[in-house]
Amino acid sequence: MNAVIVQAFNALSVSSILLLIALGLVFSFGLMNVINMAHGEFIMVGAYMTYVVQRVFFAVFPAASGIYIFFALAVAFLVSGLLGLVLERLLIRHLYGRPLDTLLATWGVGLVLQQTARAIFGAPNVDVIAPSWLNGGVALAAGVLLSYKRLFILALVVVCIVAIYLYVTRSAPGRRMRAVMQNREMASCLGLSTARVDALTFALGSGLAGIAGCALTLLGSIGPTLGTNYIVDAFMVVVLGGVGQIGGTILAALAIGGFGTVFEFGSTASIGKVLVFVMIIAFLQWKPNGLVALRARS
Amino acid sequence: MIANYFLGRRGTTLGAVVGFAFLAALPLFLDDFHVSLLAKFLCFAIVAVSLDLIWGYAGILSIGHGVYFGLGAYAFGMYLKLEAAAGKLPDFMAWSGLTALPWFWHPFAQPAIALLMVLVVPMAVGALLGFLTFRSGIMGVYFSIVTQALALILSLLLVGQQPYFGGTNGLTNFSTIFGYSLADPNTQFNLYYVALAALVLAFVVCVLLTRSRFGLLLVALRDDPRRVRAFGYNPALINVLVFTISAGLAGLAGALFAPIVGIVSPAMIGVVPSIEMVIWVAVGGRGSLIGPIIGALVVNGAKSGFSESFPLFWQYFLGALFIGSVLFFPNGVYGAFRWVGARWRASRRDSMRGPAAAPAAESLAARLQRGQFRP
Repeated sequence: MNAVIVQAFNALSVSSILLLIALGLVFSFGLMNVINMAHGEFIMVGAYMTYVVQRVFFAVFPAASGIYIFFALAVAFLVSGLLGLVLERLLIRHLYGRPLDTLLATWGVGLVLQQTARAIFGAPNVDVIAPSWLNGGVALAAGVLLSYKRLFILALVVVCIVAIYLYVTRSAPGRRMRAVMQNREMASCLGLSTARVDALTFALGSGLAGIAGCALTLLGSIGPTLGTNYIVDAFMVVVLGGVGQIGGTILAALAIGGFGTVFEFGSTASIGKVLVFVMIIAFLQWKPNGLVALRARS
Repeated sequence: MIANYFLGRRGTTLGAVVGFAFLAALPLFLDDFHVSLLAKFLCFAIVAVSLDLIWGYAGILSIGHGVYFGLGAYAFGMYLKLEAAAGKLPDFMAWSGLTALPWFWHPFAQPAIALLMVLVVPMAVGALLGFLTFRSGIMGVYFSIVTQALALILSLLLVGQQPYFGGTNGLTNFSTIFGYSLADPNTQFNLYYVALAALVLAFVVCVLLTRSRFGLLLVALRDDPRRVRAFGYNPALINVLVFTISAGLAGLAGALFAPIVGIVSPAMIGVVPSIEMVIWVAVGGRGSLIGPIIGALVVNGAKSGFSESFPLFWQYFLGALFIGSVLFFPNGVYGAFRWVGARWRASRRDSMRGPAAAPAAESLAARLQRGQFRP
């Protein structure tokens, strides 16, 4: 029983990070039909920003070092988001309507970002020191310890989802985004600047990747290829969840993270991955558009 | 007239003949190391041709072709490993505590079966993946993502199976191929020509395919799938077929790679090597079949040159290649060459006959509809 609780908690924590990464992709894919392979590198940028903020805090304000994580979240979000904005304006804008080409071009951007990180921070992985109040955890029973770090990540993801939900459904820019997603031509005819909506949405998705990167620093050391490990899974979440759907994405992330943990527990890590892939392909035989399909007039 | 000759369809044929003759003469002027290196590049060129068949013509972008390349390489590598073990248990199995050869290794002791498996295994996997995805309408970027996921999974699977496939190290320490020593420069010299012959074969097969009615269907399907479906063709079936052929060619390339390089490892299957294969096609020029060969040779030549002298800059350069080839040269080197040639031809024609209205381009789908299948 105790082992089951631990596994379920781990599954939830894996899913939550996957979800944060995939949410950013869902928007850029659903809205602009852009495959952003550099998304993983935005995660990496967020992680390295956290590293920088942590070092600065420990060196300059050792007394306030416990709260660096909140500044790091903000910095990671802003820097990754800004990078996303620059990428959209400089490159992706020219490639709308050519999704396969965006895939290749953004992969190239990812390579450049990786090498830049290597040049600045060095090729070996670096460790980020977590705030001391996140060490330890809640002991439910003997052998069942829910670590504060993973609980913090879970809370962070919940906050992000609520914020995204409110942004998409209640705010003016979110409404504009949904309008463009459902019918680009009509939204444009009604006077919406679709280019501005695209840029803002892309920046937002990139910023979310930055937050995911910040969260990942709590779980292990970080390196220039940090994002590559997550990007393939995140894309599978997008494919499984259905394009442009928050609900579908949440379900898909829970399913992939959950089943992945269960299968890995029952066999080995690599066999677990294979089983999850087989499951996704099998599911797509039944519902090719993913868990939740976007209903739009086209 | 001369320009017409060089740039028309006959020009492609002539260019290919000259190019292959050049490649055939090259080993006579190179040392052993560079012959082996060039032979490796020829294997990559075969993969590039196989990718161009599906990407350039059918519009299917596979960013996981390392899977089929790797399956071919492992299939033949297993034969080489058994030959090197000479009846005993291969070394890595003994280290991992296996006492008997696993059942699925037994058939690979026969060279004929191993050679057959080189094509059968990648084609079977390609056909299965194609069937499951194209049938349910998973096309375009979705398909690309699925191919990438498969590349990640196969590489992880092989790394995880230390006792059966050698784990991270893969299959190494080959000694002989069909009884000939792999360390002998003569064997490597001959393998170069086998690889060149395989490249010519792959090229000819793809040229014939793309110039046939089937090839026209591929292009029509890429440009207007709904219309092709409306004519009564089954788009999924056509896509599965072409993807299977491409997987087989990639497997063939992998099988040649194994004895030439002397190692088969999961490192050549994963996400990163698979997407690098796409850049060879993009740089050379998709939809031309000659372009990808040029691309594979040039990019890999540049890579081995660069990584010797400026290892740090190679990745920047590769990144710039991805961005630049998409943004500025969507048709690659070969496309740029043809464009310049076509412009020059047009200006010559104008100066001789005065400006002539270009015949209106008719879509391939419309030609198919009228039953005129040959361009």
